[in-house]
Amino acid sequence: MLTVETLDLFYGDAQALDGVSLTAGQGEIVAIVGANGAGKSSLIRSVHGMQTPSAGRVTFKGADITGWPSHRVCELGVGHVAEGRQIFPNLSVLENLEMGATLKRARGAMAATLRRVMALFPRLDERRRQAAGTLSGGEQQMLAIGRCLMGQPEMIMFDEPSLGLSPTMTQEVFRVIRALHEDGMTILLVEQNVMASLKLAQRGYVLENGRVVLEGTGQALLDSDRVRQAYLGL
Amino acid sequence: MRLWHRLTGDMTTRGQVALAMFAALLLAAPAFIGSYPLSILILVVYFAYIGQAWNVMMGFAGQLSLGHALYLGLGGYTAAALAFHFGVSPWIGMIAGVLVAMLAGGIVGFLGFRFSLAGVYFALLTIAFAEFTRILFDHFKWVGGSAGLFLKVSGDPGLWHLRGGPVMFYYVILAMAALALVACRLMLTSRLGYHWLAIREDPEAAQASGVDVFRGKMIAVLISSGMAAVGGVWAAFYYKNLFPETAFAMGRSIEVILAPIIGGLGTLIGPFIGAAVLVSLGDVFTIAAEKIGEIFGVKTAGLKQIFYGLALLAIVAFRRDGVWPWLARKLGFVHSDPYLPPPAGKGR
Repeated sequence: MLTVETLDLFYGDAQALDGVSLTAGQGEIVAIVGANGAGKSSLIRSVHGMQTPSAGRVTFKGADITGWPSHRVCELGVGHVAEGRQIFPNLSVLENLEMGATLKRARGAMAATLRRVMALFPRLDERRRQAAGTLSGGEQQMLAIGRCLMGQPEMIMFDEPSLGLSPTMTQEVFRVIRALHEDGMTILLVEQNVMASLKLAQRGYVLENGRVVLEGTGQALLDSDRVRQAYLGL
Repeated sequence: MRLWHRLTGDMTTRGQVALAMFAALLLAAPAFIGSYPLSILILVVYFAYIGQAWNVMMGFAGQLSLGHALYLGLGGYTAAALAFHFGVSPWIGMIAGVLVAMLAGGIVGFLGFRFSLAGVYFALLTIAFAEFTRILFDHFKWVGGSAGLFLKVSGDPGLWHLRGGPVMFYYVILAMAALALVACRLMLTSRLGYHWLAIREDPEAAQASGVDVFRGKMIAVLISSGMAAVGGVWAAFYYKNLFPETAFAMGRSIEVILAPIIGGLGTLIGPFIGAAVLVSLGDVFTIAAEKIGEIFGVKTAGLKQIFYGLALLAIVAFRRDGVWPWLARKLGFVHSDPYLPPPAGKGR
């Protein structure tokens, strides 16, 4: 469904991505793990048109989307739950969700999608008239995921969804990701929580200094010495 | 019914009745008040209108313009010059003025947004454009240069040539303000309005949700500059003279933004309330300064400005979100819970 081929990205002189290649098949959960500054967010942002790679190719559903602006990538069915719970704080919960459905692909089915999202996150339904900025951190993350779902994506890229959340909320986020996966959603998961994300994922990639240094099934990566030593401290 | 809901939004029945009564009062006002109160009311509605225009950019899309005098001036000058040289009706001139202002707004917007200038850096760009246009017009002899452009006072009176008494000008600006209010309300409840609010709240998150941020900002600056130009045309024909030193002045740009900030950034009624507060305060302080001068036998030049500044400070300090959101809740004009207004200065 998603193919990334030998992607290079520079910020000025600093190289953030160096020949990164990966694939995600239909309905797969693919985890991307690595330390801070390894290039995980840069990768997601390049796929989503927020950074322009200097070389390489990104294709989604067979279309070459390299260098496309974000709104066109969204329109094709790529959802993005950005790092740091980026909600619209002064808009109500409902308005935040409605915002997500302004994509052409999602407009028609807005009412039905809204019911589905509210069923997935009852807390949001209870607080639909409340300003989003008054929600707790976990609820804001739920809202960010809900808003993304309102756009009817076929693939969702999560950028550090558990960042700054309590252990309970983190579990809740992973529960939601699993539920989406069971509904057939393709998921690209960038996480610092290496253990939990590799357990959840079918396949994973380990990024170091902008390069893919290791790839394999989630279990194989969890068992590898490199991951055990560098990320799990075992 | 759907349209009605879009227009009334979260207003309570009490709020709707109050708005209708307020509109009726404004419509009937010239029949009951003298020429001096009318001249004040004209200013209030004018500032409400141009504040509304600025509000589209700052209050809705979160883009700070400190150079709206540019669009007012270009609109006014274009229509006035066409009337002065060719006898073109200001209504035709208005179309030209709006186009010229939108072109200028488009250039400012393109430069700012294409290169992702945000916040104060974008604001500096808007000031720069207004300032160098002012200097340009100082030397633009066709429109009188620094000596100014004076519209003919004599000639056919009537609406078509925007020549007439204060009552006519009052109804023209009132109609413009009412139209702008309805138009802004409809825009705000449209997909475009949602995109503006998303851009104002968090441009990055808006982009991640599939909003074409550049396009949204460009449309905001085009609409805002066009609306401001219409106000500029009205002002040019109301005052019947134009000088680069005042038409494009920094002070004029500041006048534009005060009413919506005092009234409530991003709100629709805010510019009206803010304009009413500002103009009436200005008048009260003028009288107060005179009285103090008489009583104490001292010169009080500048005292009015000090009072004015202190009053603005007090309002901004105690009602950070502006007067209207607080007033509307107090009076029960809106449903109290949901839509908190943006904190002042939140827009980026």
